[in-house]
Amino acid sequence: MKTGILRFPGSCDEVDAQLAAQLVGEAVLLWHGDRDLQDVDAVIVPGGFSYGDYLRAGAIARFSPVMESVIEFARDGGLVLGICNGFQVLCEAGLLPGALLPNANRRFTFRQVELEVVEADTAFTSACPAGELLSIPAKHGSGRYYADEATLDQLEESGQVVVRYRPDQNFNGSLREIAGVRNTAGNVFGLMPHPEHAVDALTGSTDGLRIFESMRAAVEGAHV
Amino acid sequence: MRARVLVRPKQGILDPQGVAVERALPALGFEGVSDVRIGRLVELEIDDPAQLEAISSSLLANPLVEDFEIELLEDAPSA
Repeated sequence: MKTGILRFPGSCDEVDAQLAAQLVGEAVLLWHGDRDLQDVDAVIVPGGFSYGDYLRAGAIARFSPVMESVIEFARDGGLVLGICNGFQVLCEAGLLPGALLPNANRRFTFRQVELEVVEADTAFTSACPAGELLSIPAKHGSGRYYADEATLDQLEESGQVVVRYRPDQNFNGSLREIAGVRNTAGNVFGLMPHPEHAVDALTGSTDGLRIFESMRAAVEGAHV
Repeated sequence: MRARVLVRPKQGILDPQGVAVERALPALGFEGVSDVRIGRLVELEIDDPAQLEAISSSLLANPLVEDFEIELLEDAPSA
């Protein structure tokens, strides 16, 4: 599998995402001003503060040249993972439903969270053991997932809520404890916590690796 | 044409910035202030004001969580 990780001015987690993706295949960085996705099998929109989070987190990055190609790639069924700021970008781009608002606790918060895998039968979670929580760090100031009630009901009914915070760990005030959602087609997934920071025992948890292993399985399964 | 776009959080959506300001005021001795809501004011020069609606809904505001109002101003006085 070849993964492309976007790099915007203000990205800061793209190298960790690249290192994580390299554990399951090849991984290259894709500059925001280029339209060429270099024939990758999957795209990661990484964490950070693209364009300084000016206006709203993700609002400007959404209009960058590389995002035009990513939107087309996603519409053709390509796997796209958005992490933290990447999740915000995908919501702003309309590839995922909802919006990420400033944390209800009014703080930029960095902590390890435990995530319930609500949907284990997805291209991003198939390698997650059923019923186990994923221990992954979260670090953000605007991670409060918001969508209107009708949308939230529809997301739950259609299995688009992929991961939730353990209820006592929902520090940002996300509605219905939602930590990550996928699109209706299932090929685009965004979450606020950082699986790429949890792939080496040195940093305490390797649970994040499951997300990348799931993507590899989805891509290599599709090639058979 | 000079124009002003006022963007504010939709009613019913928690505004943590507003809460932070509201809680800071009593420390400065200002009592009796509540329901503080913080938005954004965007001022710009535009050739074709008909584009303002699309500009506001596609970039300046996220219509899912924010409302916006467009105000057309007099042409900016020459310096």
